[in-house]
Amino acid sequence: MVRLPITKTPKVYVGGAFIRSESARVFPLRDAAGEFFANIPQCTRKDLRNAVEAAAKAGPGWAKRTAYNRGQILYRLAEMIEARAGEMADAIALGGATPAAAAREVAAAVDRLIYYAGWTDKYEQVLGNVNPVAAPFFNFTVTEPMGIIGVITPDEAPLLALISLVAPAITSGNTVVALASTRQPYPAILLGEMLATSDLPGGVVNLLTGFRAEMIPTFATHTHLRAISAVVNAAERKALALGAAESIKRTIMLKAEEKRDWFATTAQSVDAIRDTLEYKTTWHPVGA
Amino acid sequence: MLVRSPQAALQRLFDEVGSVDQIGIDERVAKYGTRSIKKAAKVWGLRTAVTMVDLTTLEGKDTPGKVASLCQKALRPDDDVSIPPVAAVCVYPSMVRHARRALGNNSSVRIASVATAFPSGQAPLKTRLAEVKAAVADGADEIDMVINRGAFLAGEFGRVQDEIAAVVTACGTATLKVILEVSELETYDSIRAASFLAMRVIRPGDFIKTSTGKTSLNATLGNNQVMLEAIRDFYLDTGVAIAMKPAGGIRSAKQALTFLIAVKETLGDAWLNNTRYRFGASSLLNDLLRQLEKEKTGAYQAPYYFSEAAESY
Repeated sequence: MVRLPITKTPKVYVGGAFIRSESARVFPLRDAAGEFFANIPQCTRKDLRNAVEAAAKAGPGWAKRTAYNRGQILYRLAEMIEARAGEMADAIALGGATPAAAAREVAAAVDRLIYYAGWTDKYEQVLGNVNPVAAPFFNFTVTEPMGIIGVITPDEAPLLALISLVAPAITSGNTVVALASTRQPYPAILLGEMLATSDLPGGVVNLLTGFRAEMIPTFATHTHLRAISAVVNAAERKALALGAAESIKRTIMLKAEEKRDWFATTAQSVDAIRDTLEYKTTWHPVGA
Repeated sequence: MLVRSPQAALQRLFDEVGSVDQIGIDERVAKYGTRSIKKAAKVWGLRTAVTMVDLTTLEGKDTPGKVASLCQKALRPDDDVSIPPVAAVCVYPSMVRHARRALGNNSSVRIASVATAFPSGQAPLKTRLAEVKAAVADGADEIDMVINRGAFLAGEFGRVQDEIAAVVTACGTATLKVILEVSELETYDSIRAASFLAMRVIRPGDFIKTSTGKTSLNATLGNNQVMLEAIRDFYLDTGVAIAMKPAGGIRSAKQALTFLIAVKETLGDAWLNNTRYRFGASSLLNDLLRQLEKEKTGAYQAPYYFSEAAESY
């Protein structure tokens, strides 16, 4: 019997649902050999706005989860990727990576999630503090998640870089709206399907695909985004810095011009968790 | 022989006022969402919607202080002074005097009070009328009454109308809004029939209103459309212009604009002002202000800049 081919329509994962761009626009994705592979949603600033609304809805619930539970869920996400590692490696190999390199990237991404899953109930002990003060107060500092974090990923290591930027933000209870690599968006499309089965509440991680030039001005000016964690070039850095100054948001910008080893152990650290935290210091009176 | 049963009575009323094509209404209102309202037209629509808001607080935990701050918000919704005040505040009868004290006697913001044993209406008529008179005496400019749904569904239309007429009398010069509580009427036919019953006894400029906001289903585009068409047909028959107020469930600016499109395309420009159309809402105002700020600055705004959402997100 002749069977018609069943191809997948790539959709982005926003608010726990798989959606097309509100603009209905798509752009063609070609594999390394130049063959047409699929049409990828070309998301717009309005998709970004909707994703931020979804993240805002999910945020309080996610931040209120126990640290231990957040760790379990991150671990579960790693399990979901591990189980479909072959499929994910194929998605990475679309961009021209060798099968071995692609498999290595998937393994590194899984390990990175496990790394941050371990940190969820430990970073507070490292970053929080009891402060010595010369007055009858019990003075202590605790951390709180900032809120909604915008993530803009580079073209290299399309899965590993995305995970490396998203994972530390959600570890502490932030929610994320991430723009995937324009040149290699397919791993992010696939990651959405894994996020959906990972117990991560819908809206905690929202993944968009599209063109950076269309989205970066809105990432910069949207006042509901509390921080931007991005790998960006000089012009983009300037646009983000100006918009962030106007909307009072934190920027954590890595230079796209510099070569970066996403596989290195230096690419993961508790400092990355600290980047998207706010500190709260409390002066509690004690009996004189 | 005249059959005496609720069903027969309803059927006679439907025959008289005409029934509603449910599929047609649902398809019609589905199209309203496709209108593209941008830039200057959008700003106009948002500002018009601000002037149409009945800023509402109807909770057991309302306090004089909370009502006073609601009144301040009604007078000056935003720190941008070009944003107009809202149409009215809507409170419980016991809060009317506090609202009057906060607004003063010459305020452009009117005071609406729900009355007649809101939201159920299940109190003796004498009690309900006394409540209306007390609210008017305390300074209410507008009274939002609920109809007797039990009597309506039992087919006792004479009683429904007599009660509305009694409230009209009790209102004196105050504007009356008749709440049909559409979710308890169940069908579009019943909504249309109840609209006609009410419109026949209220005065020109009085309102019919969808719901109390206290039930699961509130104002939808569909039942808003049924009531707008009832108003249109009644106006074409009698020349009496009745006003309309959807209430409950309208939270976003985008929804409000869609409702305004329904008004524009069904009743025309004459109804696009706050003497003929209102929104009963509490959180809508903040979203309208948020979208106006977005139009002004070009940047999407966080909701916590607009006095709702105390959460850190």
